Amino acid sequence: MKSSEQKPNQGDSRRDFLKKTSVITAIALTPGTAIKAAENNADERFAELFEKIPLKLTVNNKAYQTTVEPRVTLLDYLREELHLTGTKKGCDHGQCGACTVHVDGQRVNACLSLAVMNEGKKITTIEGLANGDTLHPMQAAFIKHDGFQCGYCTPGQIMSAVACVREGHANSRAEISEYMSGNICRCGAYPSIVDAIIEVKEGGETL
Amino acid sequence: MINFQYLRTTTAKSAIALLGKDKNAKFLAGGTNLIDLMKRGVTAPEKLIDINHVPLKQIRQIGNKIHIGALASNTAVADHPLIKEKLPLLSRALQAGASAQLRNVATVGGNMMQRTRCGYFYDIEMPCNKRQPGTGCGAMEGFNRMHAIFGTSEKCIAVHPSDMCVALIALDAEVILANAKGERKLSFKDFHRLAGDTPQLDNNLKADEMIIGLEIPTNNLAKNYHYLKVRDRASYAFALVSVAAAFEIVNNKITDVRLAMGGVAHKPWRLTASEIFLKGKEASLTNFEQAAQLAMKDAKSFGGNDFKLKLAPNTIIEALNLAKSKA
Repeated sequence: MKSSEQKPNQGDSRRDFLKKTSVITAIALTPGTAIKAAENNADERFAELFEKIPLKLTVNNKAYQTTVEPRVTLLDYLREELHLTGTKKGCDHGQCGACTVHVDGQRVNACLSLAVMNEGKKITTIEGLANGDTLHPMQAAFIKHDGFQCGYCTPGQIMSAVACVREGHANSRAEISEYMSGNICRCGAYPSIVDAIIEVKEGGETL
Repeated sequence: MINFQYLRTTTAKSAIALLGKDKNAKFLAGGTNLIDLMKRGVTAPEKLIDINHVPLKQIRQIGNKIHIGALASNTAVADHPLIKEKLPLLSRALQAGASAQLRNVATVGGNMMQRTRCGYFYDIEMPCNKRQPGTGCGAMEGFNRMHAIFGTSEKCIAVHPSDMCVALIALDAEVILANAKGERKLSFKDFHRLAGDTPQLDNNLKADEMIIGLEIPTNNLAKNYHYLKVRDRASYAFALVSVAAAFEIVNNKITDVRLAMGGVAHKPWRLTASEIFLKGKEASLTNFEQAAQLAMKDAKSFGGNDFKLKLAPNTIIEALNLAKSKA
């Protein structure tokens, strides 16, 4: 696989931003004294909390090196920084599974993982599943069996479904339902989703 | 989410040292509960110490005890051949909790440390003595369908949400804790607390301590066991009531028995009186019914959870029946 180093959204650091904005606000208020306050590092201790920290990780076989605020979730990093918007933000609280991605091959909720916790990890999102224009067998099966209606939960469903088969938890409809319970579909496409998973499992391909 | 300082460490010793330096620091393991609480503003630590790279993931048997590292994932424990063979009750309880995605990340120590899912605790606009001592309990006269029926206090009727912990209290687990001075062992039944006058305290972990792991004695309970979880949907929901039941039968008599409940108290709830009653008796429906009745002796409900007074004993009886039918 080809690997490239990318540095997305390398703008001003938050500290610079704070310094600038505090100066700008200060000028608007009381010029003399406030500029003095901004210059004497009053913001320094506060700004340390917002320090971006370095992060190296691999997403869909591409290496990324960047800096990120500690509070940025893996989900927000993927969507807002890398613009990989296939991974969806549903509840943002680990209750719906729309944000399911693979981290080192295991399915996780990207909304409850901080980007910085994924230093050195290999992430796969829905965008990394197909081989060029050839759909992944699970993607093809979801289309064949109408495993969705509105489609919002589908990327998470498919990522979870691939993991479900890989884990060996796709041996019966009941087992699939249990091991897919972390992915909610409000359109209620569940029977078709199970059909798709069964077809892929029975196809016996290595996923 | 309010921002914080992020630190990463690779040894328990340095993790404990970092924790000791800052009262407003917290350990970050799987983060599946902590990050959610931070998003909602329920908690706002100034520092997170990422302990995911501390080597505490081992699962192994030493002598007659099974050791589980605090950072082993819920999936790793539930699927481990040793746990499936020797402690299947623990494996089943873990599989009953959360979703596959969450179990892949959630750790043993984090599972023990998770906070209640009481809606008043999570909603920072609401009164809650656990989140903000002295503000009152919104659940007492509010929506309390999910709430406790045992060991409640006037300050708090929240329940501990873990399934894993229900199995661990039944299996006589011990918790290994460490601070800068050394290690100590705590019986699992003494780890979590009742709410009493201090509902803000979920457990007896000291501010300078780290959970290192668990020790669970081997037993003869791997044949007749069941973890029965009753909830609002078939999977991926917190328990209304859950029961961990396991016993050993020799010559038609119960020689060892463990019973514990989840979803009914501020801590995993061991049914000691029912166990004493069942020991030496036949594993019969009549005895199961009497054991369930004994378990309900001090139960108290709050309106929304009145149904638990009936659901709880029925779940105990059914769990015992299902454990028996495994023979």
